[in-house]
Amino acid sequence: MNTPLLVFNEKGIYCEKAKVYLDPWKPVDHAIISHGHADHSRWGHKKYITHHSNVPIIKHRLGEIIVTGKEWNETFTINGVKFSLHPAGHIIGSSQIRVEYKGEVWVFTGDYKMEDDGVAVPYESVKCHSFITECTFGLPAFKWVPQEQVMTDVNNWWQQNREDGRTSVLFGYSLGKAQRLLKYLDPSIGKIYTHGAIENMTEVLRPQLSMPETIRITRDTKKEELKGSMVLAPPSAQGTPWIRKMVPFVTASASGWMTFRGARRRRAIDKGFVLSDHCDWQGLLQAIEGTGCEKVICTHGYTEIFSRFLREKGYDARTEETQYEGEIGELEAKSEIEKDLEIVKKTPESL
Amino acid sequence: MKLFSELIRTLDSTNKTTLKVEALTHYFEIAPDKDKVWAIAILSHRRPPRPVNTTLLREWATELANIPLWLFEESYHIVGDLAETIALIIPASDNSSDKSLNQFLQEIIELKKLTDMEKKEYLHENWLELNYYERFVFSKLITGSFRIGVSQKLMTRALSKATNIDEDILAYKLMGNWEPSKISYTQLILEENEEDYLSKPYPFYLAYALESEAEELGKVSEWSAEHKWDGIRSQVIIRNNELFVWSRGEELVTDKYPEFQAFINTVPNGTVMDGEILPFPKGEIGTFNDLQTRIGRKTVSKALLEKTPVILKVYDLLEWNGKDIRERPYRERRELLKKLVKDMDASEIPLFLSESLAFSSWEEVANERQRAREERSEGIMLKKLDSPYLVGRKKGDWWKWKVDPLTIDAVLTYAMRGHGRRSNLFTDYTFGLWDEEKNELVTFAKAYSGLTDAEFRKVDSWIKKNTLERFGPVRSVTPHHVFEIAFEGIAESKRHKSGVATRFPRILRWRQDKKIEDANTIEDLKALIP
Ligand SMILES: [Zn+2]
Ligand SMILES: [Zn+2]
Repeated sequence: MNTPLLVFNEKGIYCEKAKVYLDPWKPVDHAIISHGHADHSRWGHKKYITHHSNVPIIKHRLGEIIVTGKEWNETFTINGVKFSLHPAGHIIGSSQIRVEYKGEVWVFTGDYKMEDDGVAVPYESVKCHSFITECTFGLPAFKWVPQEQVMTDVNNWWQQNREDGRTSVLFGYSLGKAQRLLKYLDPSIGKIYTHGAIENMTEVLRPQLSMPETIRITRDTKKEELKGSMVLAPPSAQGTPWIRKMVPFVTASASGWMTFRGARRRRAIDKGFVLSDHCDWQGLLQAIEGTGCEKVICTHGYTEIFSRFLREKGYDARTEETQYEGEIGELEAKSEIEKDLEIVKKTPESL
Repeated sequence: MKLFSELIRTLDSTNKTTLKVEALTHYFEIAPDKDKVWAIAILSHRRPPRPVNTTLLREWATELANIPLWLFEESYHIVGDLAETIALIIPASDNSSDKSLNQFLQEIIELKKLTDMEKKEYLHENWLELNYYERFVFSKLITGSFRIGVSQKLMTRALSKATNIDEDILAYKLMGNWEPSKISYTQLILEENEEDYLSKPYPFYLAYALESEAEELGKVSEWSAEHKWDGIRSQVIIRNNELFVWSRGEELVTDKYPEFQAFINTVPNGTVMDGEILPFPKGEIGTFNDLQTRIGRKTVSKALLEKTPVILKVYDLLEWNGKDIRERPYRERRELLKKLVKDMDASEIPLFLSESLAFSSWEEVANERQRAREERSEGIMLKKLDSPYLVGRKKGDWWKWKVDPLTIDAVLTYAMRGHGRRSNLFTDYTFGLWDEEKNELVTFAKAYSGLTDAEFRKVDSWIKKNTLERFGPVRSVTPHHVFEIAFEGIAESKRHKSGVATRFPRILRWRQDKKIEDANTIEDLKALIP
C-alpha cells in the first residue's frame, strides 16, 4: 500500500510527496501554517506559507521570517501536489489547508468554528475524502449560544459593574478573542483599556478590522481613570501585581471552558462567558457531514471520545497525537511556549 | 424556583464573599417562607431522600439527549457533576417554570412513591420545560448536595442580616435533626423552641493549622498541649437519660456507635463533651483504616463490634450540670472535665480523657510532636488556656501542629484525565514502588494534586507521547518519571496490592533529578509503618 498523502510524524503533519509540513511543532524547511496561534505557528521553520491576512500576525509573533502570503482558494503546486487555503472562521487569517494529489483530497482544519463572528472570514465547507479535524470541544456538553446574546450579557455586566463603581476586567487571549470581544463592546458605556500584550496585537490587526478605540495601560495610567472602565487582559495577567491597579474590580473570562461551572470557580474568576472560537459538538458534526468525507482524523481535544462516536456513526475515524493544545494552547504567552521548546532541546529524552 | 435558580446563578457569578452574602440576604428577604426553609435545608446539606437512583437518572437523561450511554458516562467523567452533565446535554430550552421551590420539593418527595415509568415521565417533562440553570438546580435537588462555594457559615451570616438574629444563635438553631418539609420558617428560625433542645449540639470550634513557628505563639505557659487524634471529631450529649452522638459534619451518628450507649448510666445528665472517636482493636488505638470499616455502616454487626470497637477520647466540656459553659476559659473547662471523668466509673465504659502533656518549653512540645506517630496521633493540638469555646473556624486560640508528612519516591505508572478545566489533561496519576524480588513496579497510591499547572501540562504532553496501553480512560505509560509522594498516615492493608494503605497521598515534587532505579521499594514503604 502507498503511504498516505499526509502522515503524522514527530515533527508535524507531513506531506512526503511535496516535502511540506502543515502546522509543524518542530523546526522544518517548508511549513504551511493554518493560523497565528502559538501552538500552530511555531518559531524556527526555514520557509512559511500562510494566508496573507495571517502574515502580519505571525511576523509580529515570530519576528523576521521568510513568509509567502496566499489568497483564499488560490491553488499552488509543490512537486505535483496541489495546495489551497480556505477560510476556517476561527480568527483573522485562519485557514483550512486543502491538499490534493491525483484526485485524492485531504483537508486539515487547523482550528475552526461554524458561527460567522463578523471578525474572521466565515468557515467554508470544503469537500474531501479525508478530513483532519480538531475537536477541542468534542463533547455533547458543549453548546454555544449566539454571539449576539453573549455580547449583550457582556455589555450588561460591564454596565452593572460601572454602576457599582467597579472596574470590569475581562480575560481573553490576545490574538483573536480579545479583538472579537473588543469589536462588540459598547463604547457608549465607558472607556476601554487594554493590557500591553493585547494592545500590541490589536494594533497589528486594526488595518484589517474596525474596532472601538482603546487605551493602553501604562505605568502612568491613573487608578482613578480606570474606575468603571472595561479592561481587556490576557489570562496570564490574572493574579499579577499589574491587576491591582484596577481595584475595586470584578473579573470575567470569555472561553468555551466557561461551560463548566467548576472551570470558573477553580480559576477564581467571578463571571464566565461562554464564547469560543472553536466548534461546539453540533458544529463539529455539521462540519464533518458537510465535507462528505469518509475518513476523519482527530488531532486535538477530546479526540478519543469524539472519534469513537464517529466510528459508531459509520465513519472511518481515528486519533493522532499532535502537539496542538486547543484553547489551553491559545492561552499561552509566546514566551512560555518558547521556554517549553528550550526544554525540548535540552532534554529530548525526558520531554 | 425562578428565584432560587436566580440565586444560584448569582452565587455562581462571583467569588467575592461580600457579594455572595448580599445575594443570599436578598433572597432571604424576598423569598416565600416555605422556600426559605428549603433553601436553608439545601445549603446546609439536608436534602430529601433521593427519589431515583443515579443509574436510572443517567439512562433517562441519555435518552432525552439522544446519545449513546457511554458518551453520557464520558461526559459525566469530564464534567464531574451529574446534575450539571444532565443540564448540559439535554437540548436547550428558554422556558422557565412558575412553580415554587417548595412545590418542586414536595413533588420530588412524592416522586419516591411513583413507578419508574411515572418517574421518567415526570423528569422528562420537567427537564424539557426548564432553562439551563433551573434544570441544573432541579437535577441537583434530585441527585444530591449543593456545592456552590457557600458554606453554612456564609449562609448563616446572610440569614442573620436578613432577620437581625445573632449569627451564633442561628447556627445553634440550624443544628440537629429538623425536617424541612415539616417545619415552618417561624418554627425553625423565628421561634424559641424548648423541645428541640434535648438533642442539639453546639457548633464545633475548629482549629487552624499552625504554619509559623510555635515560639511565635508567645509564652509557653499560656498554652495547653495534647495529641491530635486521627479519628472522627464528635460531640457526645447526655441529657435526660438519652445519648446523642454528633459528628463534625453535624450528622447524628448515635446508632453507628452502640458501645457509647453505656455512657447513659455513668455520665451524668446535662453533659456535653467534645472529643474524638477512635478505633480500639486489641486494646490499643488503631489506624484510621480500622475506623473506615465502621464509618460506612449504619448498623454494626456483633463480629465487627468485637473486631473493631471504638472509644471516645474527650478533650473539652461544653455543657456541665445542664449549663452551657463555653464562655469559661479552657483551663476551667479542662479541670471540670478531668473531675467529671475521675468521679464517674469510667473503667466500665469506652471513655478516655485525652491527656494534657506536661512541658515547660516549646522545645519539649516540639519533641513530643516528633513522637506523635508512635502515639498514633497526627501531631499536637495547642489550645490557649484562657480561651472560651468559640464557634466555627476562628484564628488564634486553637492550633493544630501536625507532624511533617511521610514521603517516598515513586514512579509514574498510569495516568487518567482530570476533571473540569483539567479534563483535557492527564492529571490523575498512579504511582508504583519497586518489588525488589520480582524487579517490577507495584502500584501503591493515586494522587492528583501537588503540581503546578505548567508542570501538569509538561507531564501531560509527555504522557501523550509515551503511552504504552489504553484501558478506557486510563493509560499505562513508560516508567520514566520519579515523583516524591507525601502522605499523612500509613497502615497495613489487605485490600491494596502493595499490602499498604496510605492516607491523603499527594505529589510533593517532581524529582527530575532521579532515575527510576532511584525510586523507593515496597519494603522502604513498609518500614514506615509504626
Ligand atoms: Zn487556534
Ligand atoms: Zn488548535
